Amino acid sequence: MNFKTMVKLGCGALGTAAAVMALSTAAISDGHGGAVKIGMITTLTGGGAGLGIDIRDGFMLAVEQSGNDQIEVVVEDDQRKPEIAVQLADKLIQSEKVDIMTGIVWSNLALAVVPSATAQGKIYISPNAGPTQLAGKGCHPNYFNVAWQNDNLHEAAGAYTNSAGLNNTFILAPNYPAGQDALKGFKRMYEGELSGEIYTKLGQTDYAAEIAQIRASGADSVFFFLPGGMGISFLKQYADSGIDLPVVGPAFSFDQGILQAVGAAALGVKNTSQWSKDIDNATNKAFVESFEAKYGRLPSLYASQGFDAANLIVSALAKADVADQEAFLAALREADFASVRGDFKFGNNQHPIQDIYVREVIQEGDIFTNKIVSEGLSDHQDIYAAECAL
Amino acid sequence: MSTILLIEQLLNGLQFGVMLFLMAAGLTLIFGVMGLINLAHGSLYMVGAFAAAGIAGLTGSFVLALIASLAAAAMFGALIELTVIRRLYKRDHLDQVLATFALILVFSEGTRWAFGSFPLFLNIPPALSGTVMLPGGIEYSLYRLTIIGIGLLVAAGLFLLISKTRVGMRIRAGENDREMISALGVDISVLYTLVFALGAALAGLSGALVGAIQSVEVGMGEPVLILAFVVIVIGGIGSIKGALAGALLVGVTDTMGRTLLPVIFGSFMEPSSATTVGSALASMLIYILMAGVLVFRPTGLFGKA
Repeated sequence: MNFKTMVKLGCGALGTAAAVMALSTAAISDGHGGAVKIGMITTLTGGGAGLGIDIRDGFMLAVEQSGNDQIEVVVEDDQRKPEIAVQLADKLIQSEKVDIMTGIVWSNLALAVVPSATAQGKIYISPNAGPTQLAGKGCHPNYFNVAWQNDNLHEAAGAYTNSAGLNNTFILAPNYPAGQDALKGFKRMYEGELSGEIYTKLGQTDYAAEIAQIRASGADSVFFFLPGGMGISFLKQYADSGIDLPVVGPAFSFDQGILQAVGAAALGVKNTSQWSKDIDNATNKAFVESFEAKYGRLPSLYASQGFDAANLIVSALAKADVADQEAFLAALREADFASVRGDFKFGNNQHPIQDIYVREVIQEGDIFTNKIVSEGLSDHQDIYAAECAL
Repeated sequence: MSTILLIEQLLNGLQFGVMLFLMAAGLTLIFGVMGLINLAHGSLYMVGAFAAAGIAGLTGSFVLALIASLAAAAMFGALIELTVIRRLYKRDHLDQVLATFALILVFSEGTRWAFGSFPLFLNIPPALSGTVMLPGGIEYSLYRLTIIGIGLLVAAGLFLLISKTRVGMRIRAGENDREMISALGVDISVLYTLVFALGAALAGLSGALVGAIQSVEVGMGEPVLILAFVVIVIGGIGSIKGALAGALLVGVTDTMGRTLLPVIFGSFMEPSSATTVGSALASMLIYILMAGVLVFRPTGLFGKA
């Protein structure tokens, strides 16, 4: 075996590996015919798995609680890879013939899947990713976002940073659409100076180089958006670096799935979220209790978004048949469901208008979790709505 | 950009490189001696990290956790060598890739089944946490310095093992001529199991060391595996010396690229597009490096022609 064949085989092997991974899928189905069929593409393996699993579990919990046995959900794993998400979308649309699609966690995957799905007449309900491109000129009558437009929580973080009297912040985010939206959103509201701005690689796990730059920058605070395992790595390394600057971030950097792995390093950190387990309303209380009872862990904001996405669909199904798409879309636009966030309505671009809170990481017994400390932005709508022709 | 920051980044690059070396050494050893492409090497890295997190959670001792990571990875390494890998030595490389890829799936699902999908907690031991002042006013993480130290010790140990001991002599002989060494009465299958377990233990150690500063989760091994392959291709497949040189080269190039490229682009572009372009190019840099090395030395830096 000479070296060249070895390299060639190695490359071929990795390609085969990707293809084999694309074939391994999981399906949950209750087997009813003639019912509404929902295709969920989400991240169930690899570095971002916790997010997708929470969305799926929140979604399935709401479907189960609705008692509607006409709903069939097909769940597929995208492994956080755009090319696999596209293949899965084709499969769901062409061979599974789903009516509604949902589930995508990451904005780069959403941008690869959503425009073609809506162009083929499918309805897409986003439980997470809310890229700028789909909120403004690219808005579509078949596309709804039940979570937020990407910039929203970061805008609230910018506003909080001002109110905390910090004015020389170092900001960083992964280099992908939601990361770019994050820094743009933060800068829109933030009035102080930037001591540095960094884009990291998506999925990066070592932040030594970035932390060294923070140390050398003379910043008075750090804003970061690093969802999933990236946030865990960053926070642990930051806590060990001896830098003692206050940290601000969106809820994604401090969600329930991350906090246990970060431990005490995150205590006291302020973060912004449209949801928290202590929002005081009956739906939220019931959601937190039933989620914990069923899955044995506290829900994250991703789980709350999955739960709301399913309840939105259930509420529209009660009013209209999915086969009558005009009527069904109108029923979705009304958003006539009890959200775990309390007040919830759609703007003209079918993205939420909602309150965003400032939370603090606290310890309750052995569990690290979040508690609301103040209301950040109330009835907040994204700025791209104005560019949407709907 | 100050000198202190540059030196700190150099240390960061060195630490990253040393960590990659622990992965790449096992990979290159296994390829060199048995001619086997082992995609499951990243899974052994994950096994090490999970074993360490599990034991650290139970006992609270980091030393025990490290020992557990070595033991668990070596044990699983020996186990898969005896049950699966052994059947692959005579087969085509494509069969090896398929079988070891299947092992990745088995390990990932098995770990998910045993530990769940959410990341585990493994902390830096208190004695190694925080920073130390290096000469010249450089504040650097003690734990990362320790990783550099352990990595260099392992490199020295491997060098001695291979060049000075009887086992090392057999390993080198196995690389050169498999039939001859078994004809001379050396039990080649025991040697193979030993080499495989050694490579696995190194991967496990690397997973445990890195797990303390990153997140311990299912699938953590695959991104590192790809980098480890880049390292051994640059260093020359089968060469430990090459793995060390390649790992340090990749570590330093990647870290320096991430820091310097945005600054360089920033000198003639507006800041926000400079960071975007700079970081995009930085993430390609090691692959450009690999392509560059292969153009001038098609068998890698220390590869045999």
